[in-house]
Amino acid sequence: MNQTGGMPVAAPHTTTINSAGRVMATVMAALAPATLFGFWLYGWPAVYLWLITVGFAMLGEAFCLRLMGRQAAPVLFDGSAILTGWLLAVSLPPWAPWWIGAFGGLFATVLGKQVFGGLGQNLFNPAMVARVALLISFPLQMTAWVAPLPLFSAGAPGLIAGLQITLKGVAPGFDAVASASLLGFAKTELSRGVDLLQPLLHAPAQAWYGSRAGSLGETAAWLIAGGGVAMMFLRIITWHIPLAMLAGIAVPAAILHAVDPARYLDAGTHLLSGGAMLGAFFIATDYVTSPNTQKGQLIFGAGCGLLTWVIRTWAGYPEGVAFAVLLMNSLTPIIDSYVRPRIYGRDRKGVALEPVK
Amino acid sequence: MLIAVGSLAVMGLALGAVLGTAARYLAVEENPIEGELKEMLPGSQCGQCGFVGCAQAAAALARGEAAVTLCPPGGKALAQALAAKLGVKVDLSAVADGGPQLALVAEEICIGCCRCIKACPTDAVVGAAKQIHNVIREACTGCGACIDRCPTEAMSLVPVPVSLQHWIWPKPFAAAA
Amino acid sequence: MSMGLFDRIFKQPRWGVHPDDNKRPAADVPLRMLPPPARVYMPLHQHVGGAARPVVLVGQKVLKGQLLAAAQGNISAPIHAPVSGVVSAIGEVTAPHASGLGFAAITVENDFAENWIETDPVTDPFSLAPEEIARRTGLAGVVGLGGAAFPAAVKFALGKRLAVTTLIVNGGECEPYLSSDDRIMRDHAAQVVDGARIVMHAIGAREALVGIEDNKPEAIAAMTIAAAQFPEVKIRPVPARYPMGSDKQLIQTLTGKEVPADARAAEVGVLVHNVSTCAAVHQAVRLGRPLVERIVTINGGAVAHPGNIFAPLGTLVDELLAFCGLTATPSRLILGGPMMGTPLLHGRIPLVKGASGILAFDAREARLPAAGPCIRCGSCTRACPMGLLPLEMAARIRAGDLDGAVEFMLTDCIACGCCAYVCPSHIPLVQFFSHAKGELAARERARLRTEAARRLAETRIARLEREAKEKAEVAARRKAERKAAKARAAAEQAQGETA
Repeated sequence: MNQTGGMPVAAPHTTTINSAGRVMATVMAALAPATLFGFWLYGWPAVYLWLITVGFAMLGEAFCLRLMGRQAAPVLFDGSAILTGWLLAVSLPPWAPWWIGAFGGLFATVLGKQVFGGLGQNLFNPAMVARVALLISFPLQMTAWVAPLPLFSAGAPGLIAGLQITLKGVAPGFDAVASASLLGFAKTELSRGVDLLQPLLHAPAQAWYGSRAGSLGETAAWLIAGGGVAMMFLRIITWHIPLAMLAGIAVPAAILHAVDPARYLDAGTHLLSGGAMLGAFFIATDYVTSPNTQKGQLIFGAGCGLLTWVIRTWAGYPEGVAFAVLLMNSLTPIIDSYVRPRIYGRDRKGVALEPVK
Repeated sequence: MLIAVGSLAVMGLALGAVLGTAARYLAVEENPIEGELKEMLPGSQCGQCGFVGCAQAAAALARGEAAVTLCPPGGKALAQALAAKLGVKVDLSAVADGGPQLALVAEEICIGCCRCIKACPTDAVVGAAKQIHNVIREACTGCGACIDRCPTEAMSLVPVPVSLQHWIWPKPFAAAA
Repeated sequence: MSMGLFDRIFKQPRWGVHPDDNKRPAADVPLRMLPPPARVYMPLHQHVGGAARPVVLVGQKVLKGQLLAAAQGNISAPIHAPVSGVVSAIGEVTAPHASGLGFAAITVENDFAENWIETDPVTDPFSLAPEEIARRTGLAGVVGLGGAAFPAAVKFALGKRLAVTTLIVNGGECEPYLSSDDRIMRDHAAQVVDGARIVMHAIGAREALVGIEDNKPEAIAAMTIAAAQFPEVKIRPVPARYPMGSDKQLIQTLTGKEVPADARAAEVGVLVHNVSTCAAVHQAVRLGRPLVERIVTINGGAVAHPGNIFAPLGTLVDELLAFCGLTATPSRLILGGPMMGTPLLHGRIPLVKGASGILAFDAREARLPAAGPCIRCGSCTRACPMGLLPLEMAARIRAGDLDGAVEFMLTDCIACGCCAYVCPSHIPLVQFFSHAKGELAARERARLRTEAARRLAETRIARLEREAKEKAEVAARRKAERKAAKARAAAEQAQGETA
């Protein structure tokens, strides 16, 4: 009775009720408020894009599983493919054409995850891998931000019109206000030689609830942060990576803004724009690609934040979270190999302690 | 474009030449791992590998002239260890590994001829002329040198029974593909 | 020091897990005596160390408490008859082991007379020399009753030799479902305290710290009353967190000291003994009674009337379960607790000294979710009380890299099960580690065997050479003698001819 298939059952004979699926579901629940707000803010095209991205992510996963000869159903519904697609969708321009979402979703699960061996084996964050691939391949579509056109407001596209926008692109006569995201605007202005002290599209107050151009995840920064804090209370993530990453962005920003306000954006703007909040709470905290120990997570988070700020300020791209996260992902194995918890009875180097009476 | 292709090709050739020269003239002398290999072999000089003794087998392994599956008493475990040491890949599915084995004397058939005693490389068989022989389990390495020497086929190799102290938990997921 | 201790005691440790308790209502049920069984099977190997050697013959009449098998070797313990009656067999029974293999046991048919041997009680154990206390404890066959089953007398000698100053009495009982220690503290606190004081005298300790998890308020109260008149015995409640009952963790919580890796607790001046072991020492030294019975918790969803039973050792698990009644066929039988317990293949296994509980799980409790891939969440790392990285060790063992796992200090693992408990993918981490430890032990045995075989082979070759040399010398000597004899004969003949 204690044997399964001839093998004795090992202790422990009891286990937690938690499961990988439960963890994914909680993360999705934490992401839902911001996503729904984004749907409302950007209208039906955003909804369709989200559906297509998540759908194609799951399609890619199912395809790979079939190819490997494994059962698709239990793996598909463990939530990881849905979450990957969701995170990717939330970092895309809301009115992007359908094939951006499709290609991104497929890229994320097939090349970002399954090729490495499936859940738990990938080195890089799949959503960010896909986002970067899209950004480099289709820079035009990936930087075509629109100003918010809340659902049911005048001028917002309806159900069918929204579908047409996603499938066929914005019609020439449509009265959509293409506008740059805050970071994009700041970078182009700087490159034009205009400094940031001019009264421009700053409006941090609006950024609090995100009524400006950006991706689904970029707006509503506080809803994202709220979801992240909820996850902390539910013990899904700990405070180490989010705090370290936000500090990694805010500290250099604050220092350099104090030194030269005309050239450098202040910390508040940095934290509330782009994918900073999304990255800190949902993307960098991905279990598989972040270090195992808490000290290692602090290093990882700080590195993500610092690199994000550096790329935003000095590199050619206005947004740096995706690149920063990928770069730090590649350092995770090294961080893990050098930063290990202290073992009971041994010192930090692993040498046995001296007995003390 | 031609300049780009040409310059890269020239660089490749040049660096390749440097590497090739270094490989020939700066090659590190092969470390004598013969001694380490000899330590890994059972040391009973049974000769089943075809070499006179374990030292010769180790030398052949070090030279790469012998397969890592050469030692039947060592079984799969030894083949794996040798493969790891020499850094070679080996397909172990064909290695018949009955696990550790011990020689056993069927006392009703033994005629006391002492031939197995003389054959045993570790003196594991005790007995005298016209007296029943027996195998000291701690000394027997299962090399099988005695099996063919016995004129009445009283000697056989039997698997070592698993004892409570030596039982090992199986690896999880081992049954799965 | 006491202020720091206060903080340490009341701060919840970060390691470990807090599984569902499941101790009550079984813990609150009054202790029941098992009706004498018709037959008991006393295994010879119920302790760490060498198996005991039988000193009785089949057919021999024995009294309760009579020596059945004597200790063999430096680390061993004797076995005594749990009932009076007749030795009916010395054979094999299934061992309480995951493999289902058997081991030797002496069967005694009960004559139901409960005739004890003549005991040698001591009115004042504190007037005895410490070595005498250790000797009597050893002769009584007392071993660690918390599950480790280490011979207590050997531990006393170790403690005395290393000048231990603090005795820690382990009333943790951190495993879910189990409450035998709880019961003995509630019902026989005086015996536990007396035993602890005797142990202190045997090892020369100055104080005893009794660590009791705070989920046992009744036990804490009872022990506080019993120890009130002995200021050197201090009751210390500790946070209820698995594995607080583990020696290393309890020592750290109560004294703040860490036992260095590969060292024994005695080297930091501490010795740990279970509360039931202390009560057994009281019985052995003050009353002169050997260890022949114990309190065992029978619990689990399939048990009709769970509780603590006072039963003779050697009673079959089936009989204990029948006494408590089963609501359904158990889906799993476990000896010990759910976190570290041994799975039993069937119930025809005797109760051994280290068996603190028998669990009969129903289908719901026995159901284990299918294992999934590791998602590298790090929950196992946070839960590990030893500060190891279970996910890394398991990944390496899975790939066959045992040496890599050892680099991550696999040998420091105490197999508590916290990591496998918290894993959201329900990976059998402890089985990986047990497998690897077994493989490494087998490898070491094989290495020693190979060395021995080499030595034997070399000795044989030397012997053959020596024999060959001797043979050659003898042959040469004989040849020389023959030559000399021939020369003498020739000389004589020549002389004879000339004469």
